[in-house]
Amino acid sequence: MVDRRTTIKWVITVGAAWPLFGPRIAAANPVEAWRGSSPGQGYGTDPKLLQVYKPGDVWPLTLTAAQRRLAGILCDLIIPADEHSPAASAVGVVDFIDEWVSAPYPNCQDARPIILSGFEWLDAESRRRFGRDFSAAEAAGQTAICDDICDASRAAAERRDAARFFAVYRDLTAGAFYTSPVGRKDLGYIGNVPLEHFDGAPPELLKKLQLA
Amino acid sequence: MPLVTPKSQQRAYDVIVVGSGAGGGQTAYTLCMDGARVLMLEAGRRYTPASETPMFQTPDMAPLGGVGTPQKPFGFYDATVDGGWRVPGEPYVRASEEYGGRFEWWRARMLGGRTNHWGRIALRNGPYDFKPHSRDGLGFDWPISYEDVAPYYDKVELLVGVYGSNEGLENTPDSSPGCLLPPPAPLVSDHLVKQRAGRLGIPVIPGHRAVLTRAQDHQGAPARLHRGNARAQKILAESMRGRAPCLWATPCGRGCSIRANYQSTTVHLPPALATGNLDITTDAMVYEVTLGRDGRANGVSFVDKTTGTHQHATARVVVLAASACESARILLNSRSAQFPDGLANSSGKLGRYLMDTVGSTVTGQVPLLESLPPLNEDAADGHQLYVPWWLYREQRAGKLGFARGYHIEFGGGKRMPGHDTAAGIEWLTGGSYGKKFKQDVRRYYGSFVGFDGRGEMIPNENSYCEIDPVVKDKWGIPVLRFHWQWSEHETRQAAHMQRTFGDIIEAMGGRVHPALQSDGAKAIAPGGSIIHEVGGAIMGADRGTSVTNRWQQTWDVPNLFLTDGSVFASNADKNPTLTIMALAWRAADHILERMRRKEL
Repeated sequence: MVDRRTTIKWVITVGAAWPLFGPRIAAANPVEAWRGSSPGQGYGTDPKLLQVYKPGDVWPLTLTAAQRRLAGILCDLIIPADEHSPAASAVGVVDFIDEWVSAPYPNCQDARPIILSGFEWLDAESRRRFGRDFSAAEAAGQTAICDDICDASRAAAERRDAARFFAVYRDLTAGAFYTSPVGRKDLGYIGNVPLEHFDGAPPELLKKLQLA
Repeated sequence: MPLVTPKSQQRAYDVIVVGSGAGGGQTAYTLCMDGARVLMLEAGRRYTPASETPMFQTPDMAPLGGVGTPQKPFGFYDATVDGGWRVPGEPYVRASEEYGGRFEWWRARMLGGRTNHWGRIALRNGPYDFKPHSRDGLGFDWPISYEDVAPYYDKVELLVGVYGSNEGLENTPDSSPGCLLPPPAPLVSDHLVKQRAGRLGIPVIPGHRAVLTRAQDHQGAPARLHRGNARAQKILAESMRGRAPCLWATPCGRGCSIRANYQSTTVHLPPALATGNLDITTDAMVYEVTLGRDGRANGVSFVDKTTGTHQHATARVVVLAASACESARILLNSRSAQFPDGLANSSGKLGRYLMDTVGSTVTGQVPLLESLPPLNEDAADGHQLYVPWWLYREQRAGKLGFARGYHIEFGGGKRMPGHDTAAGIEWLTGGSYGKKFKQDVRRYYGSFVGFDGRGEMIPNENSYCEIDPVVKDKWGIPVLRFHWQWSEHETRQAAHMQRTFGDIIEAMGGRVHPALQSDGAKAIAPGGSIIHEVGGAIMGADRGTSVTNRWQQTWDVPNLFLTDGSVFASNADKNPTLTIMALAWRAADHILERMRRKEL
């Protein structure tokens, strides 16, 4: 089995070019690079950077309608609408998941069987418990299943794989959601705008934190 | 940009410069400003930051949210073209795949090379760093001292624009007055690190990076840099006026379309081209320095990648600045009856003493930084503050178990959310999902601080490159095979980094995750992966044990010079790029002087 860390955390040799800011999913691991991707696949080593891409623009999406339905229900269980922001499916997270599992890169191809077999497990578990597919189950039933697999450290031994799937899926869902405009807004991110000057930390905040 | 194709190259140039990055850019700049006619050959494609840089693009506009892939390892928007840990059609060989014996080689195939994406951290070597053997008996002394290089550090800082401060600390040199731009204001997390590390006796001071925190002094600096050369002053003043100061947004690693940071393509090449003395041929893969009957280099052979044809260019002087390993490769592949083991290799030291930087990372989560109000912390993209090496006395007293120092780069803050922002945080959330998960992500966003150690590696006999007897690249050019080995000076240093970062995080009231690694051999990043590879053609005072003299002139071929990191005789903890540029300027001044004296 592929370790989840190597599946989802395309971590971190950041070193090189810039300092590390928090745990990074993106980038850099030379071991991953050596696993490579087949020539002629993917966006290549000199893609057009100024173009705005949508899932499906570079490689075809591959999830079935039923899989996409399940993907949407699950990502909305993870990130539902609340008073701050809409649900994950409202900002294109399903398309992102589809793009990810359809991509030609090794990490994505590692994630694909984890996610597809996770979907199958959810349906099988739901049928076992409720006599119907996960997508058709009551919300309370869906939640009951997620409660059993949302924390790999507490999951029962026979549900370890399912828990690992859930963790991968949550990381992907959250990544897609929080990099969307509404996700950035939800977190109160106010950068990526040109400023004439940068003033640093507000003095009143530093005082409150006893740093000034 | 007056690029030329092989056919339209002039018949003869004063100098051929191979490579267009920090070393090649500085060399060409210095030579052209003083009237030398230069042909620059770059293996990659033409690259134009003004029209190609994705400045404000957000991750959701990129495939896979912009995360790194084997084709773009540092992320979709990273300013690396046709490169990364692997270059298509240009393999290299590793003698070992073992962790600790493995070498990683990052390349780019684009005008400006790796300067387009680098971290812009621009630290000076100190006086100790040029005489390490004299201090502790390990490695090699350089045949030059800090005093030889200091005026060139001043020049480079003035030219490219470096922010920082003068603190008067041991082996952490001050710049001459007026050289440095003001450092950016610290973030909340910076203040916290400074306060808490300070309580442990660890100094936290402004960082040095090649980013314009204000407009350059286009009236004063040109006269200071090009005394008595009115034309050069005018050209440079115009170039400086064309550079905007930082707009406090967008990651430097994407490059900068407004020229607010240093990359060769925005700082060195425009004024050099404005002199009319520089021609640049891109897609020119140099594979050999050719030798005349008089024992002097008469030019270089290269593959014109656009046609696949082999070409030759001639000049009075040849300068290699193709990057440490690529320059070594070119020379090792330049075999003749006179130099059967590679050109300028009578010492047998070509390819030897490769060094990288010791790297190790720890991340902490800090409750004090949770749930802070919205803050714009894009700043100058990091390194507002850093920690210079501080344990000189303990090291001299033999208390540390390793001989050389490291500095600490760190960063936190409410960076633009990425795919890492909410990933892998079950250890904090207990595996929450739903509305609780959204609350948790808001709470923890911006509460992480990462620490990266950057330490000195001592050159050793087991870290080197040579020509692989079998493997060739897609043009038939034999490729490098790398050998790598750390000594305990490096692995113990990496373990010390881990302990220190754990102490700082604890002093911040934070929690380390994942756990500290006490085994230095596991804590150390793979050789080459910090992308500070230097050595391979070290300078020295003795032609029997070094490849170049103090002027970066090869001992064996008087009109052949090296102006990249290959000449480094040691690799201080300070990031090498500023020193590469300072040394390149110095070597170019020397070339000009000898050309004036008709010695070249």
